Amino acid sequence: MSLEKIQEQIREAAGRGAALCIRGGGSKDFYGNAPRGERLDTREHAGIVSYEPTELVVTARCGTLLSDLEKTLSEKGQFLSFEPPGFGAGATLGGCVAAGLSGPRRANAGSVRDAMLGAKILDGRGQLLAFGGQVMKNVAGYDVSRLLAGSLGTLGVIVEASLKLLPRPPEELTLKFELPQAKALANLNRWAGQPLPISASAWRDGELSLRLSGARSAVRAAAEKLGGESATQEEAARFWAGVREQSDPFFVGDTPLWRLSLPSQAPALELSGEQLLEWGGALRWLRAGSNAANAAAVRAAASKAGGHATLFRAAEKPQGAFAPLSPVLARLHRELKRSFDPAGILNPGRLYPEF
Amino acid sequence: MGNALPQVDFVLQRKISEKLREFLPERCVLWQQEDTQPYECDGLTAYRRVPMVVALPETEAQVRRILQTCHALGVPVVPRGAGTGLSGGALPPGDGVLLSLAKFMRVLRIDPVARVAVVQPGVRNAAISDVVAPFGLYYAPDPSSQIACSIGGNVAENSGGVHCLKYGLTVHNVLRVRGYTIEGEPVDFGSEALDSAGYDLLALAIGSEGLLAVTTEVTVKLLPKPESARVIMASFDDVEKAGDAVAAVIAAGIVPAGLEMMDKPATHAVEQFVRAGYDLEAAALLLCESDGSTAEVEDEIARMKDVLTAAGATRLAVSRDEAERLRFWSGRKAAFPAVGRISPDYYCMDGTIPKKRLGEVLKFIGAMEKKYGLRCPNVFHAGDGNLHPLILFDANDADQLKRTEAFAAEVLEKCVQVGGTITGEHGVGVEKIDQMCIQFGAAELETFHAIKRAFDPKGLLNPGKAVPALSRCAEFGRNHVKATGQLGHAGLPRF
Repeated sequence: MSLEKIQEQIREAAGRGAALCIRGGGSKDFYGNAPRGERLDTREHAGIVSYEPTELVVTARCGTLLSDLEKTLSEKGQFLSFEPPGFGAGATLGGCVAAGLSGPRRANAGSVRDAMLGAKILDGRGQLLAFGGQVMKNVAGYDVSRLLAGSLGTLGVIVEASLKLLPRPPEELTLKFELPQAKALANLNRWAGQPLPISASAWRDGELSLRLSGARSAVRAAAEKLGGESATQEEAARFWAGVREQSDPFFVGDTPLWRLSLPSQAPALELSGEQLLEWGGALRWLRAGSNAANAAAVRAAASKAGGHATLFRAAEKPQGAFAPLSPVLARLHRELKRSFDPAGILNPGRLYPEF
Repeated sequence: MGNALPQVDFVLQRKISEKLREFLPERCVLWQQEDTQPYECDGLTAYRRVPMVVALPETEAQVRRILQTCHALGVPVVPRGAGTGLSGGALPPGDGVLLSLAKFMRVLRIDPVARVAVVQPGVRNAAISDVVAPFGLYYAPDPSSQIACSIGGNVAENSGGVHCLKYGLTVHNVLRVRGYTIEGEPVDFGSEALDSAGYDLLALAIGSEGLLAVTTEVTVKLLPKPESARVIMASFDDVEKAGDAVAAVIAAGIVPAGLEMMDKPATHAVEQFVRAGYDLEAAALLLCESDGSTAEVEDEIARMKDVLTAAGATRLAVSRDEAERLRFWSGRKAAFPAVGRISPDYYCMDGTIPKKRLGEVLKFIGAMEKKYGLRCPNVFHAGDGNLHPLILFDANDADQLKRTEAFAAEVLEKCVQVGGTITGEHGVGVEKIDQMCIQFGAAELETFHAIKRAFDPKGLLNPGKAVPALSRCAEFGRNHVKATGQLGHAGLPRF
């Protein structure tokens, strides 16, 4: 069936040393360095393999549409707590894991990697390998399934993934505050040190939005304590979807988009360009040029603050999508890549140009 | 399990000691047997080996030079934290250096605003929560050994605890690990940001059982202490009913802060030891905890009580104050030492299973008790399916020891067969290395070896642990036909 077809295509390409471009719905073609090579389509290998609501675990094949998966989970009152962005209707589970991108809830509920319990991959030799499993705790062997999150398909074609789920919180409320950036950052870090049911935060253009989720009593008590102005349910749903899917006006337009992942308490960055903050200050989106001088300035600022900068969306990424690695880490990356994909055929260059 | 007498290569021992003494003071290098003997085992005492040399560095620079020295000499290095591990991960090399990080005991930085603490690997798990308590913060993972185990060991094993269902494992609560490769190169995995560029090597390093790098610094995430926490103690007249109650709690959309089960033999052992006030009539006890704001906890406790009652609980007791909550937990946390008092020795298993298979697996364990003539009380991280059956035996009786090993192996294989794993949080070490041949096929094991080679091409860091050589699996498979009727690693050349 389609798994064998994928396997066959990998073996054949490995024999020729031909690059393969692994692709599901293509909703994240823009992410990372430019895709190249012959198309390997993962969409046919789809479907939920098992779903046990009382185990809080789902296992599904790579081609499963994120939208279908989320619908099934939602029928049982559960969800992917890392709120993965789809960036398009065609987004698949395989792409979600490979990209390793998490949405607004990340700072409070963990990331894709945190939810990964197990995975099956086809490595660069076309071998089917299974790591992890369907249980919450599993320390047998190295944690390869978590390593796969964000590997952009360079270590293997992720053909199946098992993910931890959470029950949907019964109550959500979004509060809005008029605040300058520095004050918003200070408040977010202070609040994060208190037992408050915060599930998302976003600041842009002088306005901080704060989402509370949990038991009704907890949400109400927190809202009373924090003040601010409550958004309507529709307003809140539209706003968080806009942040998660990057349809918010901040993300529209051709100016390159930088993603800076920083310690949450890092002070407001003195970089020119509009900013949108998420994750309690740990994620900062910046609209700024991507030429060599700008790239160097943005990456230096991120690195100085203790984080890293990714050129997320841009017409061209001559400086590379991702921050360069230290020599030791670069060597470990190359060695790991070589062990999973000796012929170097799986999404070559997508993560770093040298592999 | 072995008690091999040390066959010390005195020439090599002298050579290593002298090389290390070039940069380490006398107090940091042990080689005489009376000094090295205390390091012969970790928490898995059935396996012992006296290390050839013990190094106790006091600075990162010394760790680096020890590694460089051993790498140049081609000598194995086994890192050791507090030595509380239960899988023999710190079993010393008879032909190399046991690298103890016990002197790395400083808390380097606490940042209450960023909610992180930077600590040295020898800092005890519970000590982290103690030092950050004045800021209203704590470190979430709480293995039962938390008063003694060190954070470096927690990183090596990806330790869990009784609150992981809600708060995660070590991998979810550590932001950065600084360490050294076997070649003595400094490496940082992760950072104080929530992600890093490139592969998630932090996820790979955590739980790698000291095979990839030596940890010298750990940055942990701190959480605000919940305003309130209460625990329900629920009694059941049947173990399977208690298992179903666990599923019912989750199905109701509740994620308890902790959800633990003990069977009757376990509660009886514990009650004699700590007087936790357990219901001794019950066939199984559940401890189900809620934490959060005061109002939230009241709501959740009420919902939990409804679900547990509907699931057939015969008695419910809710902790009335913090002292009572801690008393209810004290029994669970003291389960291992309590069992240690009713039997000369006990052997702790660590399989994890899908919760829905609990009844089946417990019945299987019951049948094994009869088959091998050994008792086996059960304590169980019910919320996440992690079993800790404790086989009671007397190590002085060689036959009992053999039966215990066979008992444990059958249970672990059962865990794999029902879709679980041989180890949830204690690690493979030397103890479960043969069962790795059942959990994984040759291709996965070869991938693990390739990962190891990427970090440590000469295979000097903690060799022989965690991942079995394929030849070992072939040997194991020869005497061992899998439940499916197929020989393990059928594709592997036999020699």
